[in-house]
Amino acid sequence: MDNLFILLAVPILTALLLFCLKDSTQAKRLALILSLVQLGLTIPFLTGFKPDASVQFEQNWTWISSLGLQFHIGLDGISLPMVILTNGLIPLIILSSFGKDFKGNFYGLIAFMQAGLLLVFVALDAFSFYVGWEIALIPIYFICALWGEGDRIAINMKFFVYTFFGSILMLVAIVYLYNQVPDRNLEWTSLVALNLSEVEQRWIFWAFFIAFAIKIPILPFHTWQPNTYTHAPSAGTMLLAGIMLKMGVYGLIRWLLPVTPFAVLAYSNIVMLLCLIGVVYASIIAFKQQDAKRLIAYSSIAHVGLISAGVVSWQGEGLQGAILQMVNHGLSVVGLFFIIDIIQRRAGSRQLADLGGLASSMPKLAIAFIIILMGAIGLPLTNGFIGEFLLLKAVFGYEPWYVVLGGLTLILGAVYMLRFYQKTMLGTPASAGTAYADVSGYELVVLSVLVFFTIYLGVFPNTILDLSEASVMNLLNQIKF
Amino acid sequence: MGAIITLGILGILILYVGLYKAKNALLPVTLLGLVVTLGFLVSDWQKEALPLYNGMVIFDHLALTFSILCVLVTGLILLLSKEYFNRISSNVAEYYSLIIFSLLGAILVNAYHNFAMLFIGIEIMSVALYILVGIRKNDLASNEASLKYFLMGAFSTGFLLFGIALMYGASGTFDLAALQTYVATGTDISPIFYAGILLVLCGLCFKVGVAPFHFWTPDVYDGAPILITAYMSTVVKIASFIGFLRLFSEVLVPLDSFWTPVLLTVIIITLFVGNISALMQSSFKRMMAYSSVSHAGYMLFAIVAIGATSASSILTYATAYALASIVAFTALILVKRKTGSDLFESFNGLAKRNPWLAAVVTVAMLSLAGIPLTAGFIGKFMMFNNVMGNYHVVLLVLAAINAAIGVYYYLRVVVSMYFKTENENAGSDLPIPTNYKIVLTLAALLTIIIGVYPDCLIGLL
Repeated sequence: MDNLFILLAVPILTALLLFCLKDSTQAKRLALILSLVQLGLTIPFLTGFKPDASVQFEQNWTWISSLGLQFHIGLDGISLPMVILTNGLIPLIILSSFGKDFKGNFYGLIAFMQAGLLLVFVALDAFSFYVGWEIALIPIYFICALWGEGDRIAINMKFFVYTFFGSILMLVAIVYLYNQVPDRNLEWTSLVALNLSEVEQRWIFWAFFIAFAIKIPILPFHTWQPNTYTHAPSAGTMLLAGIMLKMGVYGLIRWLLPVTPFAVLAYSNIVMLLCLIGVVYASIIAFKQQDAKRLIAYSSIAHVGLISAGVVSWQGEGLQGAILQMVNHGLSVVGLFFIIDIIQRRAGSRQLADLGGLASSMPKLAIAFIIILMGAIGLPLTNGFIGEFLLLKAVFGYEPWYVVLGGLTLILGAVYMLRFYQKTMLGTPASAGTAYADVSGYELVVLSVLVFFTIYLGVFPNTILDLSEASVMNLLNQIKF
Repeated sequence: MGAIITLGILGILILYVGLYKAKNALLPVTLLGLVVTLGFLVSDWQKEALPLYNGMVIFDHLALTFSILCVLVTGLILLLSKEYFNRISSNVAEYYSLIIFSLLGAILVNAYHNFAMLFIGIEIMSVALYILVGIRKNDLASNEASLKYFLMGAFSTGFLLFGIALMYGASGTFDLAALQTYVATGTDISPIFYAGILLVLCGLCFKVGVAPFHFWTPDVYDGAPILITAYMSTVVKIASFIGFLRLFSEVLVPLDSFWTPVLLTVIIITLFVGNISALMQSSFKRMMAYSSVSHAGYMLFAIVAIGATSASSILTYATAYALASIVAFTALILVKRKTGSDLFESFNGLAKRNPWLAAVVTVAMLSLAGIPLTAGFIGKFMMFNNVMGNYHVVLLVLAAINAAIGVYYYLRVVVSMYFKTENENAGSDLPIPTNYKIVLTLAALLTIIIGVYPDCLIGLL
């Protein structure tokens, strides 16, 4: 059952099936079952994976023979954690939406997006990568614009055109690279083997980087993000923050570093500064937010800023930390957005001013919240600690005083996150005499799973690190000057 | 060549069928004729391509492929015409007959091997269209469109003829093969010949509707009956491009240093004018008209970077564009019946009432925008690739910017359909006749099939 293509096909078939379902109860049950099947199908890859540098479970077909393009997929230690993250989070995201009545098309779009995301993570051919990159965008656009709130049409139009602009520049770069390969293909191996001049690399770097930076988002390209995150339905926000932005970071690691090493070296200082300024900037803005969802949106910019800084630091620790932290960030943002969703459904508002003292009536939520929160801040024994530690170490290794900026993420993160916790959970209830039902049923399941992995990865980070280590080292060794 | 004769006879036959008031027989006879034409075209595939009729036409693979495409697209459009023409005019037979004559012209343009045939083909194609555009006699917009198209068309034909005459004056021949040797061997090409190239270029640019020769397109597309607009933006455009391609790839390649800068300028103007104007439209039909201008600009990529893959890129791009246009215009016919307007707003709330129609239109719009897994993306990839092969990187970056602009106005339709609600007189579903369903489903399916497995199309040429 370790056929990678099946892993891509199941979500597409799931999507087609779900599009036909009108009844919302049936749809969500079926969506959950099928996403669990998909998760089950992922297990053989985890157990059968040999933690060395090789690309495993490879499959390669001719896609467009006249252009020499391949449909080439495979897993290595960098893509496997991302695949597990995707397939692991999607059942949780589906389960987290059980409190609402969505029809089959909602879940169908999620499944369709899953296929695109997986294709991005397993593609070993730039054409396949680009196809996955673009088709992941369509479903999330519909999810955000159909079930979003506020000025959803204009906000998501900006989101779509912005990200599309980035990816079309990447397409230009891909077409350029295609014409550089002697026998005209877009295989990852042939792109890495290219002997690009430094000038060429610089151009290609920016074309790719802007596409990735918009998706991640890195500082000057982040303007679409807070609005889109805030106004999307909870499940959409979770998909965007939990999984989709990892496409950008993954792209940096998989394509940008090995294809344009000179340019990465030349520009890493600029990029790292952008990332680190983004960390501080977003943290300060997060501190001022009243809207809880917006707060987490900005905190997400801060977190991924540090992750990207680790990537361009060009060190084993940085890449390892980035991969681990991508998984951690996925767990923590999904958890936090879910908690906001729970609070909003109970209390009818997610403005910090309207909330307070929820811990007294919802002790279980308070406990889950604090643990996930600790993970997001990066306290020892939670998952965030190891990731941030590795990332900061890499930043330190790159340029010692940069770590001052990077380290602020821990301090400022603690400040705005604890403020968030205090304003919602502690203090006196905003409206006296209201008691809300504590989390139960599906909510408890989702939170328990997230809490479990938050602690588990804090204690045993090697579960992820061992998977990726050999591939990361291989990637770094492969880059030639 | 059987195809040409069949179409010629078919056109006259339809007129007689109309004369004897056998209205119900019109569509079956026409479609049967198209099938026979298709049969002739397909059976010519295996034969060795030789110039026929003293080198007037040649049915090589290029001509055959695009003739088949034109016939198929015409067939799809005619399938939609069943009750459409009855609604807007009493002279139904003339419609069918004129479309068939126009198709005949298109096939001649696809297959010309002599400048005389290029001119005759374009004229047969266009004259029929002048009438078709103005066929709603009582509609002012239709009359205006017809007159505009006629005047502009006559003007451009003038350019074309001047150009041909100058090229003839320099080389002493109309024959493409002879011209090819003249250009290839002659070191002393007369300056008149260059002037001729420029004039022919202008004439052809008029026909394919690229800026700055595009001024007729929005008004004509807007004023013409929707199905005729669909026909113009697909069959006529495709055929004109092949006329373009054949001239440049067979004859003028050696002189590319002369015409490349001209064509590059035309393309860049076209992309920006087409896209930015489309951005400002409030009418869906006019948006499609400007979008056709910008797509013509993308298709010129294959000519400015002429090479071995030019024909297959135009094939892919034109097929994708034709399929998407048919869907878009068909949907417009349907929503216009209900709301009576061409505006984007008439698509409001379509997803609630007709989810299937909305989904099909979405596929078409995504294809026009060039999103992967639709035919439009493959076409765009191939076009980009052509241009990159010749290292026109700046052009490609400009094209990328334009593609991002394009997404905005294509998405407006999607936004109307899915995210906006109908204002008033909502309620009843839009009735969709069976033939519309068939055509729409077919076009959308083909769009996705070509997008997922493009080899089935690219492999043809």
